[in-house]
Amino acid sequence: MMIPLQFHHNGRSVALFVGGGANLLVVLRDMLGDMTPKFGCGQGGCGACTVLIDGEAHLSCLTLAASVEGRAVDTLDSLKDGPRLHPLQQAFMDRFAAQCGYCTPGMLMAAKALLDRNPNPSRVEVVEAISGNICRCTGYEAIIDAVLDAAQRPRARA
Amino acid sequence: MLELRKEYFADERDDNLNEIGKGTQRQDMLGHVTGASTYFNDHKLQGMLHLKVLRSAHSHARIRRIDLSEAERSPGVRRIIRGQDVPRNLNTLLSLINFGVDDEPTLAVDKVRYKGEPIVAVVADSHREAFEAIAKIRVDYEPLPTVFDVEDALKAGAPVVNETYPRNTFTYHERYDHQKLRFGDVERGFAEADHVIEHRYQMSPIEHAPTETNGSIAAPDTNGRYVVYTSTQALFFSLDTCAKILDVPSNTLHFIGGTVGGGFGGKVDTLTEPLAILGAMLTGKPVRYIFGREEEMQYGPPRGAERIYLKDGVRRDGRIVARKVRAYFDSGAYTRLSSYAVVKCAAHLPGPYTIPNVYGDIYCVFTNRTPATAMRGFGVTAMDFAIECQMDRLAELVGLDPMEFRILNAYRDGDMKAHRREAKNTALVECVQVAAEKAKWPIREEFRRMSSRQGVAAPAPRREQAPAPRPTYERAPGYEPAGRNEPPPPPAPAPAPAHGATRFSSVFGTRRR
Repeated sequence: MMIPLQFHHNGRSVALFVGGGANLLVVLRDMLGDMTPKFGCGQGGCGACTVLIDGEAHLSCLTLAASVEGRAVDTLDSLKDGPRLHPLQQAFMDRFAAQCGYCTPGMLMAAKALLDRNPNPSRVEVVEAISGNICRCTGYEAIIDAVLDAAQRPRARA
Repeated sequence: MLELRKEYFADERDDNLNEIGKGTQRQDMLGHVTGASTYFNDHKLQGMLHLKVLRSAHSHARIRRIDLSEAERSPGVRRIIRGQDVPRNLNTLLSLINFGVDDEPTLAVDKVRYKGEPIVAVVADSHREAFEAIAKIRVDYEPLPTVFDVEDALKAGAPVVNETYPRNTFTYHERYDHQKLRFGDVERGFAEADHVIEHRYQMSPIEHAPTETNGSIAAPDTNGRYVVYTSTQALFFSLDTCAKILDVPSNTLHFIGGTVGGGFGGKVDTLTEPLAILGAMLTGKPVRYIFGREEEMQYGPPRGAERIYLKDGVRRDGRIVARKVRAYFDSGAYTRLSSYAVVKCAAHLPGPYTIPNVYGDIYCVFTNRTPATAMRGFGVTAMDFAIECQMDRLAELVGLDPMEFRILNAYRDGDMKAHRREAKNTALVECVQVAAEKAKWPIREEFRRMSSRQGVAAPAPRREQAPAPRPTYERAPGYEPAGRNEPPPPPAPAPAPAHGATRFSSVFGTRRR
């Protein structure tokens, strides 16, 4: 059964028909062609598919697409301001906070949700914020350092 | 060659390659932080079909019958692929370098040898329809006795896992059932030791658990070729493996990859590409075959488990005089790369130490477990774990500091290794010294002044000289490797300071041109 669905994808209004049981990750990747959220497990275990729904970090693989009706869904594709990198992206680059890069989109979105609600987090709060995001190669220290570093940088306008 | 480069490409690269200590940005970092890096699964192709495999429910069973009638009628099914559809349904990965005998089918035909072995592939319009068709396949199994323990597998009367190797061990050079190392007389060494200890070390299989699961997308390209987007860590290795299995010239295949979402050795086995390409060949459509997380964790090949028995003889003064190793590498049901891991393991004995009597037997054993594969130093890592645990035990036994104990036994330049190669550029002594210093671990002055270069004060140009009669350690005349019997007298003052980073870099510094 197909159902109509309308929501804001990275600030742009989209309307489409989706399968009633479709999850948000499939809609973003296969239907809208936004490949920035990644499939890692499909079980909510790895965080590679993390996106923001109305500014809050969510696992898109476990989110029923129908549940984002009328809401704002932001992915890594929205983080840059034109050609300019978001401070988080710059800090990840400077701090070597990515290796294979597969967890990076989810990490960045989880970190953005944190900094948007808490511009000056403690190390413990950063660890807590990315605790649902699995990284298998970079190592968490560089990622935590990058998030803390980004918090100290001048803010880009969201 | 070098001159040509200098003449024509003089501006392209600075000859000054001193990069250590400077930050250098990864070339793929911008793509990673913006999400622009393209992994295999980020390709969306028109009309793409989805491939899923039916996996064996048993660890060891004969396949009596496969009933596809219901699955064939299942909605969305485009094609069902069986073993007989695979042009060359038997392969071993290292056959590309003429090592080993073809022993593993792409799709099992008469028998399954591990739980989760692929039997039938279904190509359907969607993921879901492929799964639904899989659920409708009926396989009639006749379960067979299983063996999961490496030592049980070697016992007489053990179930034969893989008929290619009826004795459940990989065959080296068409006749040897294990890798063997003999140096000196290990029993005499034990007899002359003050203490002899033996311990058993058992490793577990380890799943690489990359965040991106194994997978590939294959699509018909122009001129009868196929383009393949893949997660492989070994692009050309996978390409050649597919060319062999599908019996096509390798220039039929165009592999695109290199951006891998974590591999660690778990993406070298060419697990998905042959079936994805075959699916594309049979349907004329792009076909995607990606592991789900459960498949990755359960049936993706792990680091093979090793069981190691280590027996060492040590003298009261801290010298290890004999080391005997018996080890079993659990290859699972098929060879893949484990035969090579065992060679590496044997080549690593007895660790980076000079021991006059060494004895090693290393087996590559087949069991009904998931086939093992590469992972970060496989073959060496587990052996090192066992050896270093044992080193700590030995140090405690003779009442020596563990760091000093390692320095005492470390190989030196010019020592004869158990493989009858002269040790060169060893630097282990200096490594331990630096590690001790960094860790603020106190070691005694005499150990801080030791060097991996014997007779460091007057570096004897051993190469240029007429071949001085080397002590023949092969015959183990005693335990006297080149004047190392007594704790050596402090060598003539090495370039001061005689320890720490300066020392370490100076060792390598002299090697560099």
